[in-house]
Parts: sequence; C-alpha cells; structure tokens
Amino acid sequence: MRNEHPDRWASRWPYLALAGVGLAAIPLAAAARRRRREVDPDSAPGYTARRDFGDYRVVGRSVTIARPRAELFAFWRDFQNLPRFMVNLEKIEPSGEEPGHNTWHIRAPGGRVFAVDTRIAREVDGELIAWRSTEDSEIDTEGRVTFEDAPGERGTRVSLIIAYKPKGGAIGEAIATLAQRSPELQARHDLKRFKMLMETGEIATSARTRSERQHQLEEAR
Amino acid sequence: MRALTWQGTKKVSVETVADPEIVNPRDAIIRVTSTAICGSDLHLYDGVIPSMQPGDILGHEFMGEVVETGSDSSLEKGQRVVVPFTISCGGCFHCRITQYSACENSNPPEKQDMSEKLYGHPMAGIFGYSHMTGGYAGGQAEYVRVPFSDVGPIVVPDHLDDEKVLFLSDILPTGWMAAENADIGPDDTVAVWGCGPVGLFAVQSALLMGAAKVIAIDHYPHRLELARQLGAETINFRTSDVREALMEMSGGIGVDAVIDAVGMEAHGFAVDNMLDIAKQTVGIGADRASALKQAILAVRPGGRVSVPGVYGGMTDKFPLGALMEKGLQLRTGQTHVQRYMKDLLGRIEEGEIDTTFLISHRLPLEQAAEGYRQFRDAQDSWTKVVLKPGG
Ligand SMILES: NC(=O)c1ccc[n+]([C@@H]2O[C@H](COP(=O)([O-])OP(=O)(O)OC[C@H]3O[C@@H](n4cnc5c(N)ncnc54)[C@H](O)[C@@H]3O)[C@@H](O)[C@H]2O)c1
Ligand SMILES: [Zn+2]
Ligand SMILES: [Zn+2]
Repeated sequence: MRNEHPDRWASRWPYLALAGVGLAAIPLAAAARRRRREVDPDSAPGYTARRDFGDYRVVGRSVTIARPRAELFAFWRDFQNLPRFMVNLEKIEPSGEEPGHNTWHIRAPGGRVFAVDTRIAREVDGELIAWRSTEDSEIDTEGRVTFEDAPGERGTRVSLIIAYKPKGGAIGEAIATLAQRSPELQARHDLKRFKMLMETGEIATSARTRSERQHQLEEAR
Repeated sequence: MRALTWQGTKKVSVETVADPEIVNPRDAIIRVTSTAICGSDLHLYDGVIPSMQPGDILGHEFMGEVVETGSDSSLEKGQRVVVPFTISCGGCFHCRITQYSACENSNPPEKQDMSEKLYGHPMAGIFGYSHMTGGYAGGQAEYVRVPFSDVGPIVVPDHLDDEKVLFLSDILPTGWMAAENADIGPDDTVAVWGCGPVGLFAVQSALLMGAAKVIAIDHYPHRLELARQLGAETINFRTSDVREALMEMSGGIGVDAVIDAVGMEAHGFAVDNMLDIAKQTVGIGADRASALKQAILAVRPGGRVSVPGVYGGMTDKFPLGALMEKGLQLRTGQTHVQRYMKDLLGRIEEGEIDTTFLISHRLPLEQAAEGYRQFRDAQDSWTKVVLKPGG
C-alpha cells in the first residue's frame, strides 16, 4: 500500500461481511498515506508495517503459483470462477448493464446471505484487478489482486490486499477469529485454495467420504 | 471397514468405521495388504505430538491393491502399489525441486494454521499423523483414500513379496536420505544413534554409500546385534561412555558424520534427558533431544549432522555453540520419499538391499493394539511389526 495511489483501492469483499464490517468513514488510502511519512522507507509491503491503520484493518497475503501469469489473471477475472475457491462466496452475478458492475452473494454466519454491489475500480490486463463497494453500500471495503512474474521458473506471484473496518472493534474480531471467520484467515485460506486449484486441479481435503467433505465445507463457512 | 484408531495417550483400538470414497479427481482407493507400525507412530501413541483427535486412523507405512480410481488418477484397478507417507502434489515449487515433504498443496488450508504458527511455514500432508499434517486417515486399515495418486504410489512387480517392498513407504528411504544427508565419503567414519528401523536402514545405506566405518549406538542388545550383522561396529550407551568411545574408535579425530535416528523420545538417564522427560510429561513441550546433543558434541569439527529423528517442538540447552564453533553442517527433515522410491525399488529387485531382516512380528490388524504396546515396551525383540488387514 505504501506506494499506492488512493483510488487503486476498491470494492466490496466477502471477508468483510463475515467479520461484520462497518461503513468506512475515512478512505483508508489517505490514512495510510499520512502515516507513510512517519516511517523509514523500506522494501516491505505496506500491509506488513508495524503500525495500525486507525479504525481499519488491512489484510495482505502473497502466494507464488507455478502457472503462467496470463492464465491466472484470466481465471480470476472470470468472476464466475471465484466461488470455486472462496468458500463463503455463493455466487457472483453481473448487476445491470454496466460492465464490471457485479453483485456478490456472500454467506455469513447464521445462514444469512448478503448481496453486495461492487464495481471494478481499476484493471490492468494480466496485472491487476481492483474493486470497491458502491456508495450506497452498507459495507465499505476495498481490495485488489495483483499478478507479477516470479523470479526464474517459479511462475507468478499473486498478492491480495483488502482493507476493511471490523464491526465491534477488537472484540468482534476476536469472536470472528474464534469462529474461523476472521477476514485474515479467510483471505489466507482462499488464496491457498486458489493456488491448489491452479497448481493441482483440485483443493486438498482429508475427508474420507464425499459427505464428510460437504460437512467440512460447511464448517469452513 | 476395520481400522486402528487413536483414542488417547497410549490408547489405540481397532474399530469399525465408514469405508473411504473417491473425493477428489486425483484420488485412488487402496485395499491395504500390508502395513507397519513406525517409531513415528510411537510419538503419537505416547501423546507427544499435538493435534490428535480421538478416532483418528493411524498408519503411514502401507501398500496394497488399487480398487478404485478417480477420473484424474494414473493408476489402474488391480495394480499393486506402495504408498509414500508424505502426500505430495507434484506441481508446486517444492515438489518440482523434489522436496516432496514440503509440498505446499497437500495439507488442507484450514489445517495449515497450527504448523504455520509453530514453524513459520505449514507442513505438508502426511497419512495418519495428526491434524497438523492434514488429519488424513492412515493405512492401518482395510482401505485408504490416497490423494494425488498419480504422484506418490509406486507400482511394484508381482514377483516381489509385500515384505520386500513395504518399507519403501517410509523407513527405507528415510534411512537412505539420512545417510545421503551425512554426505558420506570413502574414508569416513559415521556414527548412528538409534538401532530402530530408521537407524538400521541408515547403517545399511551408509555402508552402501561407501563409508569406511559405521558405528551404531543403542542400549538394546538384539537391536545392536542386528546392526553388527549389517556390518557396523556398536556401542551400548548403558555400559560405555559414548563420546569417549567414539573419539577412540575414530583415532582421536572424532567421527566425520553423525546421524540421529532416535528423535524426540530419547531414552537414558543423562541429567538433561531426565529434565526433558519431566517437562514432556507435565506437558511443557520440551523435546527430549539428548541423543542429538550427544551427537553434536561427538562429531568432528567441520563434520555433518543428519537428523532423521522426529522433533516437534522446542528443546532446552541445545549446544548451539558447538554447532557454530565446530563449523558443523546440519540437515534434517521428513523424508522426500517420492525422490528415492524408484531407485530403491531397483536396488531391492537386484538384491542389493534386503529389508526383511527387520521384521520381527506379523500380526492380523485386529491385534494392532497389542503390536503398539509391544513395539513400545519390548523394543529389543519387537524390532518391526507388520499388520495384515483382513487376516
Ligand atoms: N524423518 C522422517 O521422515 C522419519 C521417518 C520415519 C521415522 N522417523 C523418526 O525416526 C526415529 C526413529 O524411528 P524408528 O522407527 O527407528 O523408532 P524406534 O523407536 O523403533 O527406534 C528408536 C531407537 O533409538 C534408541 N535410543 C533411544 N534413546 C537413545 C539414545 N539416547 N542413544 C542411542 N539410541 C537411543 C532406542 O533404544 C530405539 O532402539 C523416530 O523419531 C521416528 O519418528 C523419521
Ligand atoms: Zn514412519
Ligand atoms: Zn506439491
């Protein structure tokens, strides 16, 4: 985030609904930028900095996937694919006529399903997709995924960064974590599932039967 | 089906459980014909590896017949296969550089958090070895679901009996990798702590790799005798001062390489070990590393330290100064089984390696609990137990 322009932050994101995210009052990027001047610059990604982002939480995670960048980008950009590795995402549908405008149906604890409107805020073919929730949304969050060539033959580095404001502050977060529903964990697990799907064609499970597998999936939600 | 399940510390029992099914496309189902109890299983039995749950099916050394295949499996029904204990996808960074036991894709995401916290990186999936390594059901059962069946299992020819090839699943490659990690040259003297299955195969491998002398250390007379039969010299740590004996036997130089094939539950009454036993018993998590500590002090400056023995947590009073000041090299890890299976199968076929000398007992699966008890408490004579499901 350290080197990000504010409007690269965008969209509405499944993890937020799960943690119970309140409406953002201050654009995160501005807060991040203000703080940026206070620290010595280094090469570490902004989200790994030892500091807080005010009311906001920033979740960031990278994985290296041994597949070509274009293939990974295309798979992610076809949003219909996302529910295959994001366990809390029921489905994504185009919303209205405008391209890049979508409704995400996100499963929340207690069997509730949120319908959340998003817009693609920025897109660079083969490199970056950024999204943002729309103005009239009850949940305010921004996120982006980037795809970079990894060194040598290692494939592609995929980084996912999400900013959100947890509802109920630290306690809400703690409860969400206990229930395995912290956005941090969800994002990390989803990214690992994406890697598994792309590298192996399937997502690892220790279930011994198909019904046990189904049960585990429901528990992960 | 029937399967050996973990029920709590020192409590295992054979129960009736649901048969496994094909869950993912690359899966296969194996009907187990032979399966063994491993020293690693004893760590689970003794409750010193965290994240076990009552009902977990144990067993990571197994082989059998393919009875069902997923749409993307490369196996065919009826084939006889030996299955590596490490579950590996074949496609991730680590698998591609043949570091199979560090596979990034075989431990389900929701099971990775614990080892990631504990070790900085998640562990790969392992059959029957706690929920930290995926919570996969093991092979001490009539049937097993084998994920990534196109990468791990090796097809074995019908003319080789189960007992000749079963140990390709773990301990034979583990002994081999332990010796490889000791970087053995022709004039080298190598000392091996522990004459259990892993230690004995490390002795055998070190000699095959051309070591001038191999010295095996244990306190069980029969196990030491097996090491001598393989061509090793031996030291009984109950009756001799190990470090002094090793110095003398290596002409005052110190041994060139050491192999710790004991792991986290070392025996013995050295002060540090007694303290560690006390801590492990009350559950404050210290690994008993007395064999490893002794090995580090005994190896010559510039020597190599190879650690196939399993450790799970932290240890106290680790001789870090000796490691650094003597300029030692340390190599360890769960075995990259898939890397070695083919070569070792070839050596078995050619008669260069025999593994059957190790087997002391064959039991029907129904008597597995007895097998565990004896393998733990009567180690001298119970050197390796092979279980036969359906028998
Ligand atoms: N790295 C791997 O992939 C891998 C695979 C299999 C087993 N292992 C590990 O290897 C170790 C040995 O396995 P095993 O099946 O041979 O077990 P085992 O329990 O049969 O043998 C251990 C032997 O060590 C001896 N011993 C105990 N304390 C000693 C000491 N202080 N000095 C010398 N000898 C001592 C015991 O008497 C016993 O004979 C275990 O820790 C096991 O978990 C590792
Ligand atoms: Zn084993
Ligand atoms: Zn892998």
